Amino acid sequence: MLQIDLWKRLLIWITVAVGLVLALPNLFYPRVEQHNDAVAAIELSGESPELLDQASGWPSFLPSGLVNLGLDLRGGAHLLAEVQVQDVYASRLEALWPEVRDVLRQERDTVGTIRLQPSNPDELRVRISQPEGMERALELVRGLAQPVVSLTGAMSDDLNVVADGADVVVTLSEAEQLATDERTMQQSLEIIRRRIDEVGTREPTIQRQGTDRILIQVPGIGSAAELKEIIGTTAQLTFQPVVGRSDDANASAGVGNEVLPSLDENGVFYILEQAPVVTGEELVDAQPAFDQNGRPAVNFRFNPTGARKFGDYTAANIGNPFAIVLDEEVISAPVIQSHIPGGSGIITGNFSVEESTQLAVLLRAGALPAGLEFLEERTIGPELGQDSIDAGRIATLVAFAAVLVFMTLSYGLFGVFANTALVINIALIFGLLSAIGATLTLPGIAGIVLTVGMAVDANVLIFERIREELKTAKGPARAIELGYEKALSAILDANITTFITAVILFVMGSGPVRGFAITLGLGILTSVFTAIFVTRLLIVMWFERRRPKTIEV
Amino acid sequence: MRLRLVKKNTNFDFFGKWKLWLGISAVLVVLAFGSFLLQGLNYGIDFRGGTTIRTESTQPVDVGEYRDAIGALGLGDISISEVFDPTFGPEQNVAMVRIQAQDGEEAVSVAVIEQVESALAEVVPDIKFVSVESVGPKVSGELIQTAAIAVVLAIGAVLIYISLRFEWQFALGAVAALLHDVILTIGIFSELQIKFDLAIIAALLTIVGYSLNDTVVVFDRVRENLVKYKKKDLKEVLNLSINETLSRTFMTSATTLLALIALFVLGGDVIRGFVFAMIWGVIVGTYSSIFVASAILLWLGVKRDWTKPTDTTGNQFANVDA
Repeated sequence: MLQIDLWKRLLIWITVAVGLVLALPNLFYPRVEQHNDAVAAIELSGESPELLDQASGWPSFLPSGLVNLGLDLRGGAHLLAEVQVQDVYASRLEALWPEVRDVLRQERDTVGTIRLQPSNPDELRVRISQPEGMERALELVRGLAQPVVSLTGAMSDDLNVVADGADVVVTLSEAEQLATDERTMQQSLEIIRRRIDEVGTREPTIQRQGTDRILIQVPGIGSAAELKEIIGTTAQLTFQPVVGRSDDANASAGVGNEVLPSLDENGVFYILEQAPVVTGEELVDAQPAFDQNGRPAVNFRFNPTGARKFGDYTAANIGNPFAIVLDEEVISAPVIQSHIPGGSGIITGNFSVEESTQLAVLLRAGALPAGLEFLEERTIGPELGQDSIDAGRIATLVAFAAVLVFMTLSYGLFGVFANTALVINIALIFGLLSAIGATLTLPGIAGIVLTVGMAVDANVLIFERIREELKTAKGPARAIELGYEKALSAILDANITTFITAVILFVMGSGPVRGFAITLGLGILTSVFTAIFVTRLLIVMWFERRRPKTIEV
Repeated sequence: MRLRLVKKNTNFDFFGKWKLWLGISAVLVVLAFGSFLLQGLNYGIDFRGGTTIRTESTQPVDVGEYRDAIGALGLGDISISEVFDPTFGPEQNVAMVRIQAQDGEEAVSVAVIEQVESALAEVVPDIKFVSVESVGPKVSGELIQTAAIAVVLAIGAVLIYISLRFEWQFALGAVAALLHDVILTIGIFSELQIKFDLAIIAALLTIVGYSLNDTVVVFDRVRENLVKYKKKDLKEVLNLSINETLSRTFMTSATTLLALIALFVLGGDVIRGFVFAMIWGVIVGTYSSIFVASAILLWLGVKRDWTKPTDTTGNQFANVDA
């Protein structure tokens, strides 16, 4: 009767001890946080006496995992952005035009002259003057298609080429669109991550959500508007051939061309070929620098493919201007003085030193492949976060104290056992939260408070059952054993159902709701553990020592 | 000496007027539903899009002044309310400004927020904007859909689990109690026009969990007693089971309410609506596990003999299942 094997006892105590040790750093939050920051800084940039001093504030043999504080507790900004993945289709097709033109030109005898037609952005429409040659034209353009390997393993071409009257219409195939979307998302995530990292804020969250959304949370930043500025909207850099200059924004550009304003010269517009020679995607490096006149400029270098394209173009177009375009504005349109073979160059313009630095950062991080539309943004000031933490802390302590007193009054010594388990329970929740790196939000604190209230439920069930069993007078040991045995099914059923709702909340919810689901779910696990194992062990140990003839619950 | 919320041996007759209780609950549900249909919920921006700005200043909030300042910008429907809370300091005057989603704009416009902020800063020089939240109409539409799916999924999952562990009558009783609690909670939010946002959905699901917790504990005992007292009338068995678990029911409700009330009073205004929903849910959840879940069980009747699955004893309710 009332026996627990030694190994089980050890296992229970070890679990509790591990939980307590994992929870420990949270009691010294600022100090551990400083230690963690310093360790990270040393890893990144080497040691310095100051950093070492900060790092030594917390012994390294102890765990240093902390509960992350959510934005609503720490303050910061939250953005939900939708990536305009369709943008990329248009630029893919735009870039295809020169290739299509070149292959068709070679067969001028069969297809006649070719002209680019205005069309929807998601298609490329080319008219040939000899429709009899359509078969051949389609064949030629189809020859440009590349196979796409999709997730299903089925091979298909990246281009759909069809005839529409005298027009050859090129669109991206469905498989290619999917593959492109995927690439666009990966790139966008990577670029946003790099830009935010350049600013060096603590623990940003950059997460993909669904097929085309990105969730960005940055603690400690002043406002969502500031965050948007860091991310930028597109920063698309292209090098485009110049057709002409104009002072009219509505100048007719001709098919395949576009009119873009100059960045620093008011009222000046450039007519450019839409298909770029090289794009910012092919940049490998950009650094702020000064030109030969000592004015701020940006040095850049292309990757080998970019360098080759740039080299070929400059060799063929000496004496012609080409435009450096950033986000639909012409930064400058220098005349090509000579063949530029090495793939590096310099962008000059009317920059200040700050602007050239900023531009270099933007270029280095790379352009976002597609525009972002912001669907949701939240800024929480640090004061409000601190107020919430303070209020949450006081409320938790008061709730805790009230429950402790109430349990002691109701169940006496057994209440004390339950209270011990409750304290362990809370520590275990924090230990688990730290271990899995979960985020604590304000609703999460509410979840903990709710757990404080509900955690005693399992013990209450057991104690009430023991009381009942005592009435039938089977002796205290038997009553305790039966109490645990018979209460078990109710405890499990009740907690499993609550756990189901916590899981659904976690899966379906987002942000703060998810934080709540985590603490609620963990709270259920730990409270069942402490009720079934820890209080039982405490009672058994007490019972073995005292051997009471009667007990009062 | 022990503190006891419930005397040692109770023998209340919970089912003497069970039809009346069930009737009262039905009327309440209808009322709540009516309020929801007539008045609707005071949706937060999570569910209808728009922007809320929380301001803080040392000067007392003059809602009229705020309204005049922002009204001139022509941003459509604007609501301004002062927030009071015992946790605020003496110099802390907080207001919530809510601006509707701007027509035809999916993305949240920084310009609009800046306009509002500078208009307010002109009237109240020391104003601080401690939080600004904007949700576009696209996301808010999805959020409300996901929330509804979450609630339905939770109830469905519970229905399945209880059916597996007990019998279908129990599951129906539990789910009826759940719906009762959820509808009454939505009803009170509609009646009092408390802001209904994402956090309230979390609260609703917690109520689902809590209400079940309570119901399951009673049902567990019913199941046990059905086996133990094979000859007793179902009504008596139910009554006995509820009386036996009454002490536990009150203890758990009391500790949970203690914790929640602490949070309600001291936890700050940001989560007060959330905590209010939970307090309400604990109260109706406790009530419903006795007067709705068990009453429905009585109404439907249950299979009595748990050892032989097909055999039923002569009981007027048992035939329902046979």
